[in-house]
Amino acid sequence: MTSAIPLTEAQRTALLLKLTVLADDEIILAHRGGEWTGHAPILEEDIALANIAQDELGHAGLYLTLSQHLGGSDPDQVAYWRGPDDYLNTRLVELPRGDWAFTMLRQFLYDTFEALWLEAATRSTFAPLSEIAAKAVREEKFHLQHTALWVERLALGTEESARRTQAALNELWPYAAQLFQPVEGEEDLTAAGILPDLSAVQARWHDLVARHLQDKCGLPLPATTGAGAGRDTHTEHLAPLLEEMQSVARAYPDAESW
Amino acid sequence: MRPPQVPAVEPASHTLQPPAIWAALARIPDPEIPVVSITDMGMVRHVSVDGGRVSVTFTPTFSGCPALYVIRESIEQAVRALGVADVTVLSTLTPPWTTDWINEAARERLREYGIAPPAPAEPDLIQLEAEPTRCPRCGSLNVRMTASFGPTLCKRLYVCDSCREPFEGFKSV
Repeated sequence: MTSAIPLTEAQRTALLLKLTVLADDEIILAHRGGEWTGHAPILEEDIALANIAQDELGHAGLYLTLSQHLGGSDPDQVAYWRGPDDYLNTRLVELPRGDWAFTMLRQFLYDTFEALWLEAATRSTFAPLSEIAAKAVREEKFHLQHTALWVERLALGTEESARRTQAALNELWPYAAQLFQPVEGEEDLTAAGILPDLSAVQARWHDLVARHLQDKCGLPLPATTGAGAGRDTHTEHLAPLLEEMQSVARAYPDAESW
Repeated sequence: MRPPQVPAVEPASHTLQPPAIWAALARIPDPEIPVVSITDMGMVRHVSVDGGRVSVTFTPTFSGCPALYVIRESIEQAVRALGVADVTVLSTLTPPWTTDWINEAARERLREYGIAPPAPAEPDLIQLEAEPTRCPRCGSLNVRMTASFGPTLCKRLYVCDSCREPFEGFKSV
């Protein structure tokens, strides 16, 4: 890891929070993706979602390792020993996986955000973060290509697939806004060039998503609604997800990963 | 009478130079694509020898690649096998690994093995279209991607519409 500009204590605290938020979204969405293993409509998609989930966990690992370097907890502790009250993922990623259209549309909305955020983060003045972003964005482009194509295929496919895709969009749209809620102290990090400007990322996201969904796929965007409560508020779906995800770690607390 | 000449026994590290270490690392196969080595793939970034200490810096190909642990251990073992006790294996993300670092000979071996080598990595990373790929068997560009994710993170699945063969293609990263 190359040397970095020194952070103030307030910046360090805010960055630790942001890294947790980013990692939590990756971990929870990876779990939902992993739930399709053995259940996807075709074998190739089974493999694809497992690949995507694996990449997202890789990204979470990058964020949490940086967090650990900055004085945060051990990444395994963060992932496997926090309950739903401490997880800071968006409600978007914790919703049950639904049907295939729901899964692909959620992944598309998220991948677009992630790819654009990472691309902006490659210009971070904080070198350890720009390095992570440069690595992860190269992987993210494949997720985005894949899910964008699936959304198109479903939206322009049969009446039934179009109906399901539109229904997924209507349900997911309000939740997506939460991806752009800043964490406490984020404005200061953005002003210092450490984090991307979330509102600029949101504008690019909206533009790309609208062009794909509305213009290319013929899916009207629902009327915008706010993001609602913050990331410390969850649906009833997170607790059972964590219970399953953490069951092995909690059953064998002394186990080593390799 | 002269005393018998005893060859001086020096610790291996005294004579060990970086080229010998590079040569040992060049024999470590990629755990997922055994026809190419980790140095062919451009994964080894730096080797340094400081007295009896050797440190090797490598760069991961994909952040979630499950082979990373195997690669790290293989590097350590390969250097230990040269008689070095003090081995440090470091990883770095900077600069990020790109498929452009895969050397020419390895690209040819990938092709012979039935894997289309990666196209040059494109500067514009965020785009919705995939890059053109050539069939490793017949060389045709008349191919269809059947899955953008293959059995490993680094590969995609294709079918060639000219020779009708399915094949794997390395992602251009």
